[in-house]
Amino acid sequence: MRIALDRDKCTGIGLCESFASDVFEVDDDGGLIIHGETVPEEYRDAVLQAIEGCPTEALRLVES
Amino acid sequence: MAAQRLVVVGASLAGLRAVEAARKSGFDGAITLIGGEEHLPYDRPPLSKAFLDDAAQPVPTYRDRSALEGGLGVDVLLGSPARALDTQSRVVEAGDRSVPYDALVIATGAAARRLPGTDDLAGVHTLRTVDDAIAVRAALDAGARTVVIGAGLIGSEVASGARKRGLPATVLEALPTPLVRAIGQVMGPACASLHTTHGTDLRCGVTATAIEGNGKVERVTLSDGTTLDADLVVVGIGTVPCTDWLAESGVQIADGIVADDTLATTAPGVYAAGDVVRWRNPAFDTSMRLEHWTSAAEQGALAARNALDPSAAKPYSTVPYFWSDWYGTRIQFVGVAGDADVTVVDGDIESHRFVALYHRGDRLVGALTLDRPTEIMKYRGLIARRVSWSDALAFAGTRKAARDNRGAAPV
Repeated sequence: MRIALDRDKCTGIGLCESFASDVFEVDDDGGLIIHGETVPEEYRDAVLQAIEGCPTEALRLVES
Repeated sequence: MAAQRLVVVGASLAGLRAVEAARKSGFDGAITLIGGEEHLPYDRPPLSKAFLDDAAQPVPTYRDRSALEGGLGVDVLLGSPARALDTQSRVVEAGDRSVPYDALVIATGAAARRLPGTDDLAGVHTLRTVDDAIAVRAALDAGARTVVIGAGLIGSEVASGARKRGLPATVLEALPTPLVRAIGQVMGPACASLHTTHGTDLRCGVTATAIEGNGKVERVTLSDGTTLDADLVVVGIGTVPCTDWLAESGVQIADGIVADDTLATTAPGVYAAGDVVRWRNPAFDTSMRLEHWTSAAEQGALAARNALDPSAAKPYSTVPYFWSDWYGTRIQFVGVAGDADVTVVDGDIESHRFVALYHRGDRLVGALTLDRPTEIMKYRGLIARRVSWSDALAFAGTRKAARDNRGAAPV
């Protein structure tokens, strides 16, 4: 699976990092970094929580 | 018998997340969502931020009616403030309807505290609802001279919005130090100094003794005798949980609806979520009532799941988190401030870019960052894991060293 990020919507609030810190990280300028091209299966639940928890609904899961 | 009818009272973030979570969990019974306002659920944080900037900003509605009614199969009753709850016969009275339930989630939120005697004066507003925000924005569009009463998060964001337009803004704070409840005695002034840096007139230790005008606000008189000309007064002096309608219900109230760690109230089948609930937070072994976006969303979802399957109810444990944007500076706080000791571990207060950590005894209990968005969530994790103060300081040292190295590296 992969994560699609809508950078126009993302405001860098960081809740996704709080749920899945191995996958998401807010950078020094408030932009969001997604670590890795694809997301290992073990992080699925945490990533789903992050997607659900995003205040601006900027994240989407893309199954590969 | 499993619940057939879920009723959610309160059609804001927590209520919306409750109905969405119910469907996600596989519940296929009837759902009714009851809202006091005429509006579909909308997002509140932008109302005191980007929404104030220009009239082209749309109302931040989460879902349209067809998504709620058609997509989720929810019966949506708007403009129907809940009037009473009968926990014996399990019926909610809302507007002119009586709505029976098997499982109930109460998410009626909190209302902005108003200043007595100002209701008939145009130009005096609280900022809680989208109608409030539209009125405040219109006043700013007209070039209002703004006086904000209360130097809390919302009031400070309004002052910031006024200054962004080049309009004069004054913030009045009754206490000698602003933001004490949110971020503590030490860091309150560190954030509040953003006001003075950006040309907002911050006056602490004064109250408004009179707000006057001929039909429309014209001036504010202060307890020190000063008079300020004003076209817009925004009152940001806290909120009151919306529990009046529960007075006869038997549900226990104590500055919010009292709930256990699973968000269950004292009435069978009744759960509560969002600004209205005072629940026991296992992360800090204490009862708290939060008015934060994050907890409202998460509690709404969990309250619905627990209400529909009480035998498998899970506790809601959280490290509180809020953010606020002032004058282009992002303020983020995780944890609880109270009377904890505070140490700045990176950056400095004067530059308005720093990381401050809070500890009580040997436990890290909070973190405040100004324009350090990459740091804040790391500390939220540490607080949740109950790390010791010395471990927190060691971690902060590592982070700072890495930052200093990046800064020193050739470009």
